[in-house]
Amino acid sequence: MSTPLTIDRVYQCLATVMDPEIPVLSVVDLGMITGVELAGSAAVTVKMIPTYAACPALQFIQRNIQVSLERELQVPVLVQVDAATHWHSNRLTAAARQKLEAFALAPPPVSGKVSAEILLHTPCPHCGSKDTYMRSPFGATLCRATHFCKNCGQLFEQFKPLE
Amino acid sequence: MQTLSPALRQLIIAMGDDALILGHRNSEWTGLGPVMEEDIAFSSMAQDKIGHAWALYRVLHEHGGPDPDAFAFLRLAEKYTCCHLVEQPIGEYDFSLMRHFLFDHAEALRYEALADSSFVPLQQLARKIKGELKYHTLHANAWIIQLAQAGEEGKARMQAALEETLPLALGIFEPLAQEAELIASGVYCGEAALQQRWWESLQPILAKAGLALPATGDLEPAYGGRSGWHTQYLAPLLDEMGAVFRLDPEATW
Repeated sequence: MSTPLTIDRVYQCLATVMDPEIPVLSVVDLGMITGVELAGSAAVTVKMIPTYAACPALQFIQRNIQVSLERELQVPVLVQVDAATHWHSNRLTAAARQKLEAFALAPPPVSGKVSAEILLHTPCPHCGSKDTYMRSPFGATLCRATHFCKNCGQLFEQFKPLE
Repeated sequence: MQTLSPALRQLIIAMGDDALILGHRNSEWTGLGPVMEEDIAFSSMAQDKIGHAWALYRVLHEHGGPDPDAFAFLRLAEKYTCCHLVEQPIGEYDFSLMRHFLFDHAEALRYEALADSSFVPLQQLARKIKGELKYHTLHANAWIIQLAQAGEEGKARMQAALEETLPLALGIFEPLAQEAELIASGVYCGEAALQQRWWESLQPILAKAGLALPATGDLEPAYGGRSGWHTQYLAPLLDEMGAVFRLDPEATW
């Protein structure tokens, strides 16, 4: 017996589509999904947003969502970029923050605000110390900043806040 | 599909071309930065700027304009309307940092103003991009202040870079031929108002850095870019930037 097609079922499938740059987070964890509709020209329409406007992985992620959902649900799927909503770091789910910590990538502060204060005291994901400073607001990908921990002497990366 | 007024097209192309050309210049630091973090910073900012240019060219495309890639790579130099500031070679690091500081503060204020634009596609884009640009100005401010306070040579070089770069930076605000129409219809506040806000935003950071801002009245703004008149540096840059694309404009990647 096939499982009925519901919005919940689509979200369950989306929760298995991982981000190519941070493979422990799904597109749902990241808050990239802004809507799911079960009507229209395709059986399922997913609306999504990139984290950064210049994200080079956007088309790759769109394609991943479409292929995964079509394979799981066996219906045509359309994935659209939603221009009306913009991504900010408070769209990350609580589960995403825990997964980032386990991945040794410091999560952004819950305030989500970008000010000079974010340069200092980001908790180190290796030792937990707050005796840290930002070495650069840029990192290996557009969504990361580079910090240094004075306590354990290691560089670490942060998924940086975005307003 | 709604077509854009010539005034709106002019604004979007000027913004897109500034971002594309400065993005290309920033990318010339990839592999050459004075320290690894700076190499990464300029490469990341290059990626952001080129992404922002692409988003602006897409707005044109969605309103009946040409394909964004063809538009970016296949125009003749006189069809680009970037300002002279972004065309300049990367020079020494003091020049590149000063250009980044002056340009990114202007760009951040421009998107801040556009976040309330009556033209919805620009308003939506601005709300996204203005948050991202906070990291560009944060980075610029930190380095301008640190280098200006790093001793006599640092201070002298940053002061000289400021004086060399300011007239070029004033060219960012070259009035657009039909901007009165954009101001009247609430698209944005216009170049003169932006320049005023920019000038005010620079003061506290330069004061902190201990650098002296010359009076604007004494400076000759580098105008001409917005009407397609460019420096000797743009054509060779375009040749290099489009070399791969022109090998096979129909190729899919």
